[in-house]
Amino acid sequence: MADLSVKVCGVDFKNPIIPASGVFGYGREYEELFPLDKLGGIATKGTTLHRRTGNLAPRIAETPSGMLNSVGLQNPGIDHFIETELPYLLTKDLVVLANIAGSTPEECAQVAEKLEATDVHMIELNISCPNVKQGGAAFGTSCEMAAEVTRQVRKVTTKPLVVKLSPNVTSIADIAKSVEAAGADAVSLINTLLGMRIDINTGRPILRNNVGGMSGPAVFPIAVRMVWQVANAVNIPVIGMGGVSSGRDAIELMMAGASAVQVGAAIFTDPYAPVRIAEEMNEFLDSKGIASVRDIIGTVKPW
Amino acid sequence: MKYTQGKYIITRKTAIAKEIYSFTIQCPEVAEAAQPGQFVHIRANGFTLRRPISICGIDKEKGTLRIVFEIRGEGTAEIAKLNEGDLIDMLAPLGHGFTLMPEAKKVVLIGGGIGTPPMLPLAEYYGGRATVISGFRNASAMILQEDFKKTGAETVLCTDDGSAGIHGFVTEPLKELAAKGGIDAVYACGPMPMLKNIAAICKENGIYCEISLEERMACGIGACLGCACRTVRNDEEYFAHVCKDGPVFKAEEVLF
Repeated sequence: MADLSVKVCGVDFKNPIIPASGVFGYGREYEELFPLDKLGGIATKGTTLHRRTGNLAPRIAETPSGMLNSVGLQNPGIDHFIETELPYLLTKDLVVLANIAGSTPEECAQVAEKLEATDVHMIELNISCPNVKQGGAAFGTSCEMAAEVTRQVRKVTTKPLVVKLSPNVTSIADIAKSVEAAGADAVSLINTLLGMRIDINTGRPILRNNVGGMSGPAVFPIAVRMVWQVANAVNIPVIGMGGVSSGRDAIELMMAGASAVQVGAAIFTDPYAPVRIAEEMNEFLDSKGIASVRDIIGTVKPW
Repeated sequence: MKYTQGKYIITRKTAIAKEIYSFTIQCPEVAEAAQPGQFVHIRANGFTLRRPISICGIDKEKGTLRIVFEIRGEGTAEIAKLNEGDLIDMLAPLGHGFTLMPEAKKVVLIGGGIGTPPMLPLAEYYGGRATVISGFRNASAMILQEDFKKTGAETVLCTDDGSAGIHGFVTEPLKELAAKGGIDAVYACGPMPMLKNIAAICKENGIYCEISLEERMACGIGACLGCACRTVRNDEEYFAHVCKDGPVFKAEEVLF
Protein backbone atom coordinates (compact mmCIF):
# COMPACT_ATOMS: atom_id res chain seq x y z
CA MET A 1 0.00 0.00 0.00
CA ALA A 2 1.73 3.14 -1.23
CA ASP A 3 1.37 6.43 0.62
CA LEU A 4 -1.02 8.53 -1.47
CA SER A 5 -1.07 11.56 0.82
CA VAL A 6 0.05 14.93 -0.51
CA LYS A 7 0.34 18.41 0.92
CA VAL A 8 -0.64 21.47 -1.11
CA CYS A 9 -0.11 24.96 0.38
CA GLY A 10 0.27 23.36 3.81
CA VAL A 11 -3.08 21.54 3.52
CA ASP A 12 -3.00 17.75 3.93
CA PHE A 13 -4.84 15.59 1.40
CA LYS A 14 -5.23 11.86 2.15
CA ASN A 15 -4.92 11.24 -1.58
CA PRO A 16 -4.32 13.56 -4.53
CA ILE A 17 -7.73 13.07 -6.21
CA ILE A 18 -10.26 15.92 -6.22
CA PRO A 19 -13.50 16.00 -8.25
CA ALA A 20 -13.24 19.16 -10.35
CA SER A 21 -15.56 22.10 -9.92
CA GLY A 22 -18.81 21.86 -11.86
CA VAL A 23 -19.07 18.11 -12.34
CA PHE A 24 -19.72 17.22 -8.72
CA GLY A 25 -22.12 19.90 -7.44
CA TYR A 26 -21.61 20.13 -3.69
CA GLY A 27 -21.11 16.38 -3.38
CA ARG A 28 -24.52 15.24 -2.19
CA GLU A 29 -25.58 13.44 -5.38
CA TYR A 30 -22.46 11.27 -5.48
CA GLU A 31 -22.65 10.43 -1.81
CA GLU A 32 -25.49 8.13 -2.83
CA LEU A 33 -22.79 6.06 -4.59
CA PHE A 34 -19.73 6.25 -2.32
CA PRO A 35 -18.63 7.93 0.94
CA LEU A 36 -17.11 11.33 0.21
CA ASP A 37 -14.22 10.61 2.59
CA LYS A 38 -12.70 8.37 -0.07
CA LEU A 39 -11.77 11.58 -1.88
CA GLY A 40 -8.71 13.71 -1.25
CA GLY A 41 -10.81 16.81 -1.63
CA ILE A 42 -13.71 18.38 -3.47
CA ALA A 43 -13.73 21.49 -5.64
CA THR A 44 -17.26 22.76 -5.22
CA LYS A 45 -19.52 24.14 -7.94
CA GLY A 46 -18.39 27.64 -9.00
CA THR A 47 -20.22 30.04 -6.71
CA THR A 48 -20.86 33.75 -7.20
CA LEU A 49 -22.00 36.59 -4.94
CA HIS A 50 -25.63 36.26 -6.03
CA ARG A 51 -27.60 33.34 -7.35
CA ARG A 52 -27.16 32.80 -11.12
CA THR A 53 -29.66 31.03 -13.36
CA GLY A 54 -27.13 29.95 -16.00
CA ASN A 55 -27.54 29.55 -19.75
CA LEU A 56 -30.45 28.22 -21.81
CA ALA A 57 -30.39 24.53 -22.83
CA PRO A 58 -28.90 22.65 -24.58
CA ARG A 59 -25.88 23.07 -22.35
CA ILE A 60 -24.20 19.75 -23.19
CA ALA A 61 -22.81 18.17 -26.37
CA GLU A 62 -20.81 15.01 -27.00
CA THR A 63 -17.49 15.37 -28.86
CA PRO A 64 -14.92 12.79 -29.98
CA SER A 65 -13.44 11.50 -26.69
CA GLY A 66 -14.98 14.33 -24.77
CA MET A 67 -17.78 16.81 -24.40
CA LEU A 68 -18.74 20.48 -24.44
CA ASN A 69 -20.62 22.28 -21.69
CA SER A 70 -22.07 25.73 -21.36
CA VAL A 71 -23.82 25.65 -18.01
CA GLY A 72 -22.95 29.30 -17.39
CA LEU A 73 -22.19 29.17 -13.67
CA GLN A 74 -25.70 28.33 -12.49
CA ASN A 75 -25.39 28.41 -8.70
CA PRO A 76 -27.41 29.36 -5.61
CA GLY A 77 -25.04 32.14 -4.47
CA ILE A 78 -22.34 32.27 -1.80
CA ASP A 79 -24.70 32.85 1.15
CA HIS A 80 -26.56 29.64 0.40
CA PHE A 81 -23.24 27.84 0.02
CA ILE A 82 -22.00 29.08 3.39
CA GLU A 83 -25.25 28.40 5.23
CA THR A 84 -26.29 25.09 3.69
CA GLU A 85 -23.60 23.30 1.69
CA LEU A 86 -20.32 24.14 3.40
CA PRO A 87 -21.26 23.11 6.97
CA TYR A 88 -22.29 19.71 5.63
CA LEU A 89 -19.10 19.23 3.61
CA LEU A 90 -16.99 20.25 6.59
CA THR A 91 -18.37 17.28 8.54
CA LYS A 92 -16.65 15.00 6.01
CA ASP A 93 -13.02 13.94 6.10
CA LEU A 94 -11.81 15.71 2.96
CA VAL A 95 -10.35 19.03 1.84
CA VAL A 96 -12.94 21.55 0.66
CA LEU A 97 -11.83 23.90 -2.11
CA ALA A 98 -14.52 26.55 -2.52
CA ASN A 99 -14.54 27.48 -6.19
CA ILE A 100 -15.58 31.12 -6.59
CA ALA A 101 -16.22 33.40 -9.54
CA GLY A 102 -17.48 36.88 -10.27
CA SER A 103 -18.15 39.44 -13.00
CA THR A 104 -15.63 41.93 -11.62
CA PRO A 105 -12.50 41.68 -9.44
CA GLU A 106 -14.50 43.43 -6.69
CA GLU A 107 -17.23 40.79 -6.84
CA CYS A 108 -14.66 37.98 -6.60
CA ALA A 109 -13.17 39.73 -3.55
CA GLN A 110 -16.61 40.09 -1.93
CA VAL A 111 -17.22 36.36 -2.34
CA ALA A 112 -13.80 35.52 -0.89
CA GLU A 113 -14.39 37.90 2.01
CA LYS A 114 -17.58 36.05 2.95
CA LEU A 115 -15.60 32.80 3.09
CA GLU A 116 -12.93 34.28 5.33
CA ALA A 117 -15.02 33.73 8.47
CA THR A 118 -15.74 30.09 7.56
CA ASP A 119 -13.65 26.96 8.06
CA VAL A 120 -13.32 26.26 4.33
CA HIS A 121 -9.85 24.87 3.68
CA MET A 122 -8.93 26.53 0.38
CA ILE A 123 -10.29 28.97 -2.16
CA GLU A 124 -10.11 28.18 -5.86
CA LEU A 125 -10.57 31.41 -7.80
CA ASN A 126 -12.03 30.74 -11.22
CA ILE A 127 -10.65 33.27 -13.71
CA SER A 128 -11.27 30.99 -16.63
CA CYS A 129 -14.93 30.08 -17.08
CA PRO A 130 -15.55 30.21 -20.84
CA ASN A 131 -19.33 30.29 -20.51
CA VAL A 132 -20.13 33.67 -19.01
CA LYS A 133 -20.14 36.99 -20.79
CA GLN A 134 -18.49 39.09 -18.10
CA GLY A 135 -15.61 38.06 -15.91
CA GLY A 136 -14.79 34.39 -16.32
CA ALA A 137 -12.29 33.83 -19.07
CA ALA A 138 -11.97 37.56 -19.70
CA PHE A 139 -9.91 37.70 -16.48
CA GLY A 140 -7.90 34.67 -17.35
CA THR A 141 -6.68 35.64 -20.79
CA SER A 142 -4.62 38.71 -19.92
CA CYS A 143 -1.72 38.80 -17.48
CA GLU A 144 -2.81 42.21 -16.18
CA MET A 145 -6.43 41.22 -15.47
CA ALA A 146 -5.41 37.87 -14.00
CA ALA A 147 -3.00 39.64 -11.66
CA GLU A 148 -5.53 42.32 -10.74
CA VAL A 149 -8.30 39.90 -9.75
CA THR A 150 -5.79 37.76 -7.83
CA ARG A 151 -4.50 40.84 -5.96
CA GLN A 152 -8.01 41.95 -4.98
CA VAL A 153 -8.91 38.51 -3.64
CA ARG A 154 -5.51 38.13 -1.94
CA LYS A 155 -6.14 41.35 0.01
CA VAL A 156 -9.26 39.96 1.70
CA THR A 157 -8.31 36.34 2.36
CA THR A 158 -5.77 34.49 4.46
CA LYS A 159 -6.99 31.13 3.11
CA PRO A 160 -4.72 29.26 0.71
CA LEU A 161 -5.61 30.82 -2.65
CA VAL A 162 -5.58 28.61 -5.74
CA VAL A 163 -6.11 30.42 -9.05
CA LYS A 164 -7.70 28.30 -11.80
CA LEU A 165 -6.24 29.11 -15.20
CA SER A 166 -7.65 29.15 -18.72
CA PRO A 167 -5.92 27.16 -21.46
CA ASN A 168 -7.37 29.53 -24.08
CA VAL A 169 -4.25 31.70 -24.05
CA THR A 170 -1.00 32.05 -25.95
CA SER A 171 1.24 31.45 -22.94
CA ILE A 172 -0.30 29.88 -19.85
CA ALA A 173 3.11 30.04 -18.14
CA ASP A 174 3.06 33.85 -18.38
CA ILE A 175 -0.43 34.00 -16.81
CA ALA A 176 0.74 31.65 -14.05
CA LYS A 177 3.75 33.86 -13.32
CA SER A 178 1.48 36.91 -13.14
CA VAL A 179 -0.89 35.37 -10.60
CA GLU A 180 2.05 34.03 -8.58
CA ALA A 181 3.48 37.55 -8.39
CA ALA A 182 0.03 38.85 -7.39
CA GLY A 183 -0.12 36.55 -4.37
CA ALA A 184 -1.58 33.21 -5.49
CA ASP A 185 -0.54 30.28 -3.28
CA ALA A 186 -1.12 27.71 -6.06
CA VAL A 187 -2.54 27.42 -9.54
CA SER A 188 -4.93 24.83 -10.96
CA LEU A 189 -5.17 24.01 -14.64
CA ILE A 190 -6.53 23.46 -17.19
CA ASN A 191 -10.07 24.75 -17.30
CA THR A 192 -12.00 23.76 -20.44
CA LEU A 193 -10.94 24.64 -23.98
CA LEU A 194 -13.38 26.75 -25.96
CA GLY A 195 -15.11 24.58 -28.57
CA MET A 196 -18.18 24.33 -30.81
CA ARG A 197 -20.36 21.71 -32.52
CA ILE A 198 -22.96 22.27 -35.22
CA ASP A 199 -25.99 20.09 -35.99
CA ILE A 200 -25.55 19.80 -39.76
CA ASN A 201 -29.22 18.87 -40.22
CA THR A 202 -30.44 22.17 -38.81
CA GLY A 203 -27.37 24.37 -39.30
CA ARG A 204 -27.66 25.36 -35.65
CA PRO A 205 -24.93 25.04 -33.05
CA ILE A 206 -25.79 22.20 -30.65
CA LEU A 207 -25.21 24.45 -27.63
CA ARG A 208 -27.71 27.25 -27.12
CA ASN A 209 -24.72 29.41 -26.15
CA ASN A 210 -23.16 28.51 -29.55
CA VAL A 211 -19.79 27.77 -27.93
CA GLY A 212 -18.78 25.96 -24.77
CA GLY A 213 -15.96 24.45 -22.77
CA MET A 214 -14.44 21.21 -24.01
CA SER A 215 -13.24 18.54 -21.61
CA GLY A 216 -12.70 14.81 -21.50
CA PRO A 217 -9.90 12.46 -22.57
CA ALA A 218 -9.34 14.42 -25.82
CA VAL A 219 -7.83 17.35 -23.90
CA PHE A 220 -5.49 15.26 -21.71
CA PRO A 221 -2.28 15.76 -23.75
CA ILE A 222 -2.86 19.52 -23.69
CA ALA A 223 -3.25 19.37 -19.91
CA VAL A 224 0.00 17.42 -19.56
CA ARG A 225 1.87 19.96 -21.70
CA MET A 226 0.45 22.97 -19.87
CA VAL A 227 0.99 21.53 -16.38
CA TRP A 228 4.59 20.82 -17.36
CA GLN A 229 5.14 24.32 -18.73
CA VAL A 230 3.56 26.00 -15.70
CA ALA A 231 5.35 23.78 -13.18
CA ASN A 232 8.62 24.85 -14.78
CA ALA A 233 7.67 28.53 -14.70
CA VAL A 234 6.46 29.04 -11.12
CA ASN A 235 7.56 28.18 -7.59
CA ILE A 236 4.06 27.54 -6.23
CA PRO A 237 2.24 24.17 -6.38
CA VAL A 238 0.26 23.18 -9.45
CA ILE A 239 -3.02 21.26 -9.25
CA GLY A 240 -3.45 19.46 -12.56
CA MET A 241 -6.63 18.57 -14.40
CA GLY A 242 -7.93 18.03 -17.91
CA GLY A 243 -9.13 14.71 -19.31
CA VAL A 244 -7.83 12.50 -16.51
CA SER A 245 -9.73 9.21 -16.60
CA SER A 246 -7.38 6.60 -15.12
CA GLY A 247 -4.76 6.15 -12.44
CA ARG A 248 -2.10 6.14 -15.14
CA ASP A 249 -3.32 9.53 -16.39
CA ALA A 250 -3.13 10.93 -12.86
CA ILE A 251 0.42 9.58 -12.42
CA GLU A 252 1.39 11.15 -15.77
CA LEU A 253 0.02 14.55 -14.78
CA MET A 254 1.90 14.38 -11.47
CA MET A 255 5.12 13.46 -13.26
CA ALA A 256 4.53 16.57 -15.38
CA GLY A 257 4.51 18.58 -12.15
CA ALA A 258 1.09 18.41 -10.54
CA SER A 259 0.94 18.08 -6.74
CA ALA A 260 -2.70 16.97 -6.86
CA VAL A 261 -5.13 16.01 -9.61
CA GLN A 262 -8.70 17.01 -10.33
CA VAL A 263 -11.09 14.73 -12.20
CA GLY A 264 -13.92 16.13 -14.30
CA ALA A 265 -15.71 14.64 -17.31
CA ALA A 266 -14.54 11.09 -16.46
CA ILE A 267 -17.09 11.15 -13.62
CA PHE A 268 -19.91 11.38 -16.18
CA THR A 269 -18.70 8.20 -17.89
CA ASP A 270 -17.94 6.39 -14.63
CA PRO A 271 -19.39 7.98 -11.48
CA TYR A 272 -16.86 6.04 -9.38
CA ALA A 273 -13.93 7.46 -11.41
CA PRO A 274 -12.33 9.49 -8.56
CA VAL A 275 -12.30 6.47 -6.24
CA ARG A 276 -11.13 4.09 -8.97
CA ILE A 277 -8.35 6.48 -10.05
CA ALA A 278 -6.94 6.68 -6.51
CA GLU A 279 -6.97 2.86 -6.30
CA GLU A 280 -5.26 2.54 -9.68
CA MET A 281 -2.58 5.01 -8.62
CA ASN A 282 -1.88 2.89 -5.59
CA GLU A 283 -1.60 -0.25 -7.74
CA PHE A 284 0.81 1.45 -10.11
CA LEU A 285 3.02 2.77 -7.32
CA ASP A 286 3.08 -0.65 -5.62
CA SER A 287 3.97 -2.35 -8.89
CA LYS A 288 6.94 0.01 -9.26
CA GLY A 289 7.94 -0.20 -5.62
CA ILE A 290 7.45 3.54 -5.13
CA ALA A 291 6.66 4.25 -1.48
CA SER A 292 4.94 7.61 -1.83
CA VAL A 293 3.08 9.40 -4.59
CA ARG A 294 5.00 12.52 -3.57
CA ASP A 295 8.10 10.88 -5.00
CA ILE A 296 6.78 11.18 -8.55
CA ILE A 297 5.78 14.85 -8.58
CA GLY A 298 7.65 16.66 -11.36
CA THR A 299 9.94 13.71 -12.06
CA VAL A 300 9.56 13.74 -15.83
CA LYS A 301 13.00 13.66 -17.45
CA PRO A 302 12.62 15.82 -20.54
CA TRP A 303 14.82 15.11 -23.55
CA MET B 1 -34.36 8.23 -3.94
CA LYS B 2 -31.77 5.49 -4.19
CA TYR B 3 -29.73 4.74 -7.29
CA THR B 4 -26.82 2.51 -8.07
CA GLN B 5 -24.36 1.97 -10.87
CA GLY B 6 -23.52 -1.48 -12.11
CA LYS B 7 -23.30 -3.90 -15.00
CA TYR B 8 -26.36 -6.03 -15.58
CA ILE B 9 -27.12 -8.86 -17.95
CA ILE B 10 -29.40 -8.35 -20.94
CA THR B 11 -31.75 -11.34 -20.93
CA ARG B 12 -33.80 -10.47 -23.98
CA LYS B 13 -33.26 -8.24 -27.00
CA THR B 14 -35.79 -7.69 -29.76
CA ALA B 15 -36.00 -5.29 -32.66
CA ILE B 16 -39.55 -3.97 -32.47
CA ALA B 17 -39.50 -1.48 -35.35
CA LYS B 18 -36.94 0.11 -37.67
CA GLU B 19 -33.99 1.11 -35.47
CA ILE B 20 -36.03 0.61 -32.29
CA TYR B 21 -34.89 -2.01 -29.80
CA SER B 22 -36.29 -3.54 -26.66
CA PHE B 23 -33.94 -4.83 -23.94
CA THR B 24 -35.01 -6.78 -20.87
CA ILE B 25 -32.36 -6.43 -18.17
CA GLN B 26 -31.87 -8.55 -15.05
CA CYS B 27 -31.26 -5.96 -12.30
CA PRO B 28 -33.21 -6.84 -9.14
CA GLU B 29 -32.08 -3.89 -6.98
CA VAL B 30 -32.85 -1.39 -9.74
CA ALA B 31 -36.23 -2.96 -10.51
CA GLU B 32 -37.08 -2.93 -6.81
CA ALA B 33 -36.46 0.82 -6.55
CA ALA B 34 -37.80 1.87 -9.97
CA GLN B 35 -40.98 3.92 -10.42
CA PRO B 36 -42.97 4.65 -13.60
CA GLY B 37 -41.52 7.71 -15.36
CA GLN B 38 -37.94 7.22 -14.14
CA PHE B 39 -35.03 6.56 -16.48
CA VAL B 40 -31.75 4.66 -16.66
CA HIS B 41 -28.43 6.25 -17.68
CA ILE B 42 -26.56 3.88 -19.97
CA ARG B 43 -22.87 3.88 -20.77
CA ALA B 44 -22.10 3.66 -24.48
CA ASN B 45 -18.70 2.08 -25.08
CA GLY B 46 -16.21 4.64 -26.34
CA PHE B 47 -18.36 7.66 -25.45
CA THR B 48 -17.87 10.19 -22.66
CA LEU B 49 -21.55 10.81 -21.98
CA ARG B 50 -24.08 8.23 -20.90
CA ARG B 51 -27.44 8.09 -22.69
CA PRO B 52 -30.67 8.53 -20.71
CA ILE B 53 -33.38 5.99 -21.66
CA SER B 54 -36.85 5.89 -20.12
CA ILE B 55 -38.09 2.80 -18.31
CA CYS B 56 -40.73 0.89 -20.29
CA GLY B 57 -41.36 -2.00 -17.92
CA ILE B 58 -40.76 -2.81 -14.26
CA ASP B 59 -41.12 -6.39 -13.04
CA LYS B 60 -40.27 -6.40 -9.36
CA GLU B 61 -41.01 -10.13 -8.97
CA LYS B 62 -38.66 -11.22 -11.75
CA GLY B 63 -36.23 -8.41 -10.92
CA THR B 64 -36.16 -7.09 -14.46
CA LEU B 65 -36.49 -3.77 -16.23
CA ARG B 66 -37.45 -3.26 -19.82
CA ILE B 67 -36.20 -0.38 -21.92
CA VAL B 68 -37.19 0.55 -25.46
CA PHE B 69 -35.01 2.98 -27.37
CA GLU B 70 -34.43 4.32 -30.83
CA ILE B 71 -31.09 4.76 -32.57
CA ARG B 72 -30.78 8.54 -32.61
CA GLY B 73 -27.03 8.91 -33.10
CA GLU B 74 -23.69 7.24 -32.57
CA GLY B 75 -24.17 6.64 -28.83
CA THR B 76 -27.51 4.85 -29.10
CA ALA B 77 -26.17 2.96 -32.13
CA GLU B 78 -23.36 1.66 -29.89
CA ILE B 79 -25.81 0.61 -27.18
CA ALA B 80 -27.92 -1.17 -29.83
CA LYS B 81 -24.90 -3.38 -30.64
CA LEU B 82 -25.26 -5.08 -27.25
CA ASN B 83 -26.81 -8.54 -27.39
CA GLU B 84 -28.58 -11.01 -25.14
CA GLY B 85 -26.07 -12.23 -22.56
CA ASP B 86 -23.99 -9.03 -22.73
CA LEU B 87 -23.57 -6.74 -19.76
CA ILE B 88 -25.07 -3.25 -19.87
CA ASP B 89 -23.60 -0.53 -17.62
CA MET B 90 -26.41 1.45 -15.99
CA LEU B 91 -26.70 4.22 -13.42
CA ALA B 92 -30.30 3.75 -12.27
CA PRO B 93 -33.08 4.29 -11.46
CA LEU B 94 -32.90 8.05 -11.87
CA GLY B 95 -35.18 11.03 -11.78
CA HIS B 96 -38.57 12.01 -10.52
CA GLY B 97 -41.31 9.84 -12.02
CA PHE B 98 -45.05 10.14 -12.56
CA THR B 99 -47.45 10.76 -9.67
CA LEU B 100 -49.62 7.67 -9.25
CA MET B 101 -53.20 8.36 -8.17
CA PRO B 102 -54.79 5.30 -6.58
CA GLU B 103 -58.20 7.01 -6.45
CA ALA B 104 -58.25 8.12 -10.10
CA LYS B 105 -61.24 6.84 -12.07
CA LYS B 106 -60.09 7.85 -15.54
CA VAL B 107 -56.68 8.87 -16.85
CA VAL B 108 -55.35 9.53 -20.34
CA LEU B 109 -51.84 8.42 -21.30
CA ILE B 110 -50.35 10.01 -24.41
CA GLY B 111 -47.15 8.93 -26.13
CA GLY B 112 -45.68 10.38 -29.28
CA GLY B 113 -43.17 8.21 -31.18
CA ILE B 114 -40.33 7.10 -28.92
CA GLY B 115 -42.23 8.89 -26.11
CA THR B 116 -44.64 5.94 -25.87
CA PRO B 117 -42.44 3.50 -23.82
CA PRO B 118 -42.67 5.34 -20.46
CA MET B 119 -46.48 5.18 -20.74
CA LEU B 120 -46.53 1.37 -20.50
CA PRO B 121 -45.85 1.10 -16.72
CA LEU B 122 -48.63 3.65 -16.19
CA ALA B 123 -51.00 1.61 -18.35
CA GLU B 124 -50.15 -1.44 -16.26
CA TYR B 125 -50.88 0.50 -13.08
CA TYR B 126 -54.19 2.01 -14.20
CA GLY B 127 -55.40 -0.87 -16.44
CA GLY B 128 -59.02 -0.35 -17.49
CA ARG B 129 -59.07 3.13 -15.99
CA ALA B 130 -56.64 4.35 -18.67
CA THR B 131 -57.07 5.44 -22.24
CA VAL B 132 -53.77 5.29 -24.13
CA ILE B 133 -53.39 7.57 -27.13
CA SER B 134 -50.31 6.76 -29.21
CA GLY B 135 -49.07 8.78 -32.14
CA PHE B 136 -46.50 7.78 -34.77
CA ARG B 137 -45.19 9.14 -38.07
CA ASN B 138 -46.56 6.12 -39.92
CA ALA B 139 -47.53 2.46 -39.47
CA SER B 140 -43.94 1.21 -39.72
CA ALA B 141 -42.85 3.38 -36.75
CA MET B 142 -45.63 1.94 -34.58
CA ILE B 143 -44.55 0.25 -31.34
CA LEU B 144 -46.00 -1.37 -28.18
CA GLN B 145 -49.65 -1.44 -29.29
CA GLU B 146 -50.11 -5.11 -28.29
CA ASP B 147 -48.43 -4.42 -24.94
CA PHE B 148 -50.85 -1.60 -24.22
CA LYS B 149 -53.87 -3.76 -25.15
CA LYS B 150 -52.73 -6.46 -22.69
CA THR B 151 -52.96 -3.99 -19.79
CA GLY B 152 -56.73 -3.69 -20.25
CA ALA B 153 -56.45 -0.01 -21.15
CA GLU B 154 -58.44 1.41 -24.01
CA THR B 155 -56.09 2.21 -26.91
CA VAL B 156 -56.33 4.90 -29.56
CA LEU B 157 -53.83 4.94 -32.41
CA CYS B 158 -52.95 7.94 -34.56
CA THR B 159 -50.49 8.31 -37.42
CA ASP B 160 -49.35 11.50 -39.13
CA ASP B 161 -49.94 10.01 -42.58
CA GLY B 162 -53.03 7.92 -41.86
CA SER B 163 -51.26 4.62 -42.65
CA ALA B 164 -52.67 3.16 -39.40
CA GLY B 165 -55.40 4.27 -37.00
CA ILE B 166 -56.67 7.83 -37.02
CA HIS B 167 -55.12 10.15 -39.61
CA GLY B 168 -53.91 13.03 -37.44
CA PHE B 169 -52.27 14.09 -34.21
CA VAL B 170 -52.86 12.76 -30.69
CA THR B 171 -54.39 16.08 -29.68
CA GLU B 172 -57.65 15.42 -31.60
CA PRO B 173 -58.74 12.34 -29.60
CA LEU B 174 -57.59 14.14 -26.43
CA LYS B 175 -59.90 17.09 -27.20
CA GLU B 176 -62.83 14.70 -27.68
CA LEU B 177 -62.13 12.92 -24.40
CA ALA B 178 -61.67 16.23 -22.58
CA ALA B 179 -65.03 17.45 -23.90
CA LYS B 180 -66.74 14.37 -22.41
CA GLY B 181 -65.21 15.20 -19.02
CA GLY B 182 -64.37 13.02 -16.03
CA ILE B 183 -60.61 12.83 -16.65
CA ASP B 184 -58.59 12.91 -13.43
CA ALA B 185 -55.16 13.24 -15.05
CA VAL B 186 -53.31 13.31 -18.35
CA TYR B 187 -49.77 11.95 -18.62
CA ALA B 188 -47.70 12.59 -21.75
CA CYS B 189 -44.29 12.04 -23.29
CA GLY B 190 -43.15 12.94 -26.79
CA PRO B 191 -41.93 15.83 -28.94
CA MET B 192 -42.02 19.32 -27.39
CA PRO B 193 -44.65 20.77 -29.80
CA MET B 194 -46.96 17.86 -28.93
CA LEU B 195 -46.43 18.37 -25.19
CA LYS B 196 -47.03 22.09 -25.53
CA ASN B 197 -50.39 21.48 -27.25
CA ILE B 198 -51.40 18.83 -24.72
CA ALA B 199 -50.54 21.18 -21.85
CA ALA B 200 -52.68 23.92 -23.43
CA ILE B 201 -55.68 21.59 -23.90
CA CYS B 202 -55.41 20.38 -20.29
CA LYS B 203 -55.17 23.94 -19.01
CA GLU B 204 -58.27 24.99 -20.97
CA ASN B 205 -60.22 22.06 -19.58
CA GLY B 206 -58.86 22.28 -16.05
CA ILE B 207 -57.29 18.79 -16.19
CA TYR B 208 -54.22 17.90 -14.12
CA CYS B 209 -51.33 17.09 -16.49
CA GLU B 210 -47.81 15.67 -16.08
CA ILE B 211 -45.30 15.56 -18.93
CA SER B 212 -41.98 13.80 -19.31
CA LEU B 213 -39.19 15.85 -20.91
CA GLU B 214 -35.83 15.04 -22.40
CA GLU B 215 -32.68 17.13 -22.67
CA ARG B 216 -29.00 16.59 -23.41
CA MET B 217 -27.65 15.30 -20.14
CA ALA B 218 -24.28 14.65 -18.50
CA CYS B 219 -24.25 13.39 -14.88
CA GLY B 220 -27.90 12.23 -14.74
CA ILE B 221 -28.20 12.82 -10.98
CA GLY B 222 -28.48 16.59 -10.52
CA ALA B 223 -24.85 17.50 -9.91
CA CYS B 224 -23.62 19.09 -13.13
CA LEU B 225 -26.69 21.21 -13.98
CA GLY B 226 -26.35 20.39 -17.68
CA CYS B 227 -29.95 19.45 -18.53
CA ALA B 228 -31.68 22.73 -17.76
CA CYS B 229 -35.41 23.22 -18.27
CA ARG B 230 -37.22 26.56 -17.82
CA THR B 231 -39.91 26.20 -15.20
CA VAL B 232 -41.97 28.33 -12.86
CA ARG B 233 -42.26 27.43 -9.20
CA ASN B 234 -43.89 29.66 -6.59
CA ASP B 235 -44.30 32.38 -9.26
CA GLU B 236 -40.56 32.47 -9.79
CA GLU B 237 -38.82 31.46 -13.00
CA TYR B 238 -36.25 28.82 -12.34
CA PHE B 239 -33.99 26.49 -14.34
CA ALA B 240 -34.95 23.04 -13.14
CA HIS B 241 -32.98 19.98 -14.21
CA VAL B 242 -34.54 17.24 -16.26
CA CYS B 243 -32.45 14.50 -14.62
CA LYS B 244 -33.36 15.19 -10.98
CA ASP B 245 -36.36 17.56 -10.82
CA GLY B 246 -37.76 15.66 -13.84
CA PRO B 247 -37.94 14.02 -16.26
CA VAL B 248 -41.60 14.26 -15.19
CA PHE B 249 -42.89 17.78 -14.50
CA LYS B 250 -46.32 19.22 -13.82
CA ALA B 251 -47.24 20.69 -17.21
CA GLU B 252 -48.26 24.00 -15.62
CA GLU B 253 -44.70 24.50 -14.31
CA VAL B 254 -42.94 24.17 -17.68
CA LEU B 255 -42.18 27.23 -19.80
CA PHE B 256 -42.33 26.04 -23.41
